[in-house]
Amino acid sequence: MLLQVKDLTVRYGGHLAVWEAGFTLGEGEVLGLVGESGAGKSTVGRALLRLLPEPGRIVSGAITFKGRDLLALPEAELRALRGAEIALIPQDPLAALNPAFRIGLQATDALALHRGLSRREGKGVMARLLARMGIADPEDALRRYPHELSGGMRQRVLIAIAFSCGPSLLVADEPTTSLDVTTQAQILRLLDGLRSETRVATCFITHDLGIVAHLTHRVAILYAGCLVEQAPTETILTAPRHPYTRALVGSLPLDGIMPALQGPPQACPFSDRCPERMAICDTAHPPLKSVGAGHQVACHLY
Amino acid sequence: MALLLEVRNLKTHYRLGGWLSGRRVLRAVDGVDLTLNSQQTLAVVGESGSGKTTLGRTILRLVEPTEGKIVLDGQDISRFSQARLRPLRRRMQIVFQHPYASLNPRKRVGRIVAQPLRVHRVPGDHRRQVGELLERVGLPASAANHYPHEFSGGQRQRIAIARALALRPDLIVLDEITSGLDVTVKLRVLALLNELQADFRLAYLFISHDLAVVRTVSDRVAVMYLGRIVEESPTPAIFERPLHPYTQVLKASIPEPAARGSWNPPVLVGDAPSPVNVPSGCRFHPRCPLAQAICREVEPELRELAPGRRVACHLAEA
Repeated sequence: MLLQVKDLTVRYGGHLAVWEAGFTLGEGEVLGLVGESGAGKSTVGRALLRLLPEPGRIVSGAITFKGRDLLALPEAELRALRGAEIALIPQDPLAALNPAFRIGLQATDALALHRGLSRREGKGVMARLLARMGIADPEDALRRYPHELSGGMRQRVLIAIAFSCGPSLLVADEPTTSLDVTTQAQILRLLDGLRSETRVATCFITHDLGIVAHLTHRVAILYAGCLVEQAPTETILTAPRHPYTRALVGSLPLDGIMPALQGPPQACPFSDRCPERMAICDTAHPPLKSVGAGHQVACHLY
Repeated sequence: MALLLEVRNLKTHYRLGGWLSGRRVLRAVDGVDLTLNSQQTLAVVGESGSGKTTLGRTILRLVEPTEGKIVLDGQDISRFSQARLRPLRRRMQIVFQHPYASLNPRKRVGRIVAQPLRVHRVPGDHRRQVGELLERVGLPASAANHYPHEFSGGQRQRIAIARALALRPDLIVLDEITSGLDVTVKLRVLALLNELQADFRLAYLFISHDLAVVRTVSDRVAVMYLGRIVEESPTPAIFERPLHPYTQVLKASIPEPAARGSWNPPVLVGDAPSPVNVPSGCRFHPRCPLAQAICREVEPELRELAPGRRVACHLAEA
């Protein structure tokens, strides 16, 4: 097992963003982390790199990567992993790039730091990667400032940076949400091509079930910080069990809004909006139960 | 079905200022023809930079047209003064994309929804009318006493819809109103729009980048590319068999969950050109997989290829 996350709990001050979430990721596997905004999916992704924005804290749990406990690692060793062994493709490419420096400089930071390449050597590596990403004139792109590139080009640059040091774990945090649909399709194709070539295990954070269907092997559904269902992608799409997953997959409108947890849940977080709510749903938090091969659900119905 | 809105050869050009940029012109909307019947929904679909938002705003005269006609109920309003437009504004309203920016954070919801009633000096008990409007969009009447920040994105969009309904308009322009919303909330808002359309006898101009959303709400779809409509069709037909090469790419680019394992999106060459630098001939030709010599030289007009289906392409066939 490449990555094992157990009982991960993350707090932002008085707000419990993730509650006892657990999942595993094998070599070359793609896990889709799905949920609506505020469900905690990006927080889980950031926690894997221990890069939570303030005042985020990992309160409890364990993250084991290649046999090493990431939560016990000193910051210096963690820095040696970030960008090298574990890479991140962020959601907003404009915010992720420094507007004051040319692409060539920032895109070669990871190669300089982790691989000891000179800037010139680094630019050579990046140019080849950018050409692979379908950028017609990579040398020109490396000379540009971020604002001179289109959104699609910027996201290609960030994907190239993520792949530059040959990571074994990739966290892709909604890498195409800010793009137009035709650009999104191109980027997803490129990303999936690179991923299957390099066999990098991927945590793909998204709210789009279409992306999940085409790019992932397994799916974990998050709701109000809780993992409510986990199963192979095929199973999630054809035989979802949790009422929330069924609403997502069946495109059913739901009334109400997702609650924000303050403390450990005393009830099912979905009960307010659930069409199949029972008395017990308001008095006890349902634990994850196994309901089939690799299929777990947190719902009192099962 | 009565014709409510007719747009002919509408153009909205922006002169780009600044002595560095010279006398360049951004052609946001560049010769659009469309019609909308009362109580119908026309969706305008396009990617960023296609001019769809400018088109919606120009039709409402929130942005000045450069050329062309906007005919509302037989009256060409494209040259009306703002004073003459004012009474007509009761009949056409808009809901904006960002419910965080379009609702004044310092006013209570009751005041926000009552604003159009005050501006147009509508007689009667405004407080009661506001309560009814809020309930009609699925909020409690007591919401009137709260501030916008106390509501979620979906609820704020409902407040904006209530404000647009206040004057009982015939036409509402809905500009990307579901783009910031989560999917289950989005579906709820779309269902509400369908209910309101029947109850208030509304026509919608539904502007969106999201073909999947458009499918559930619209009677007809117009696809925009670089300031022009490239295809217009009844909704089921355009999804069944898109005729313009751009619409085909657009549709094939959506990752459909049902098509798991067989998604093979076509690759468009490059990014969309800028509306400052519109290509010659067919504006889609530099990226079109089918482009031929004629496409580089002659701009295709919208042709009727099948009943109710118009396509601007030299090569498309029904």
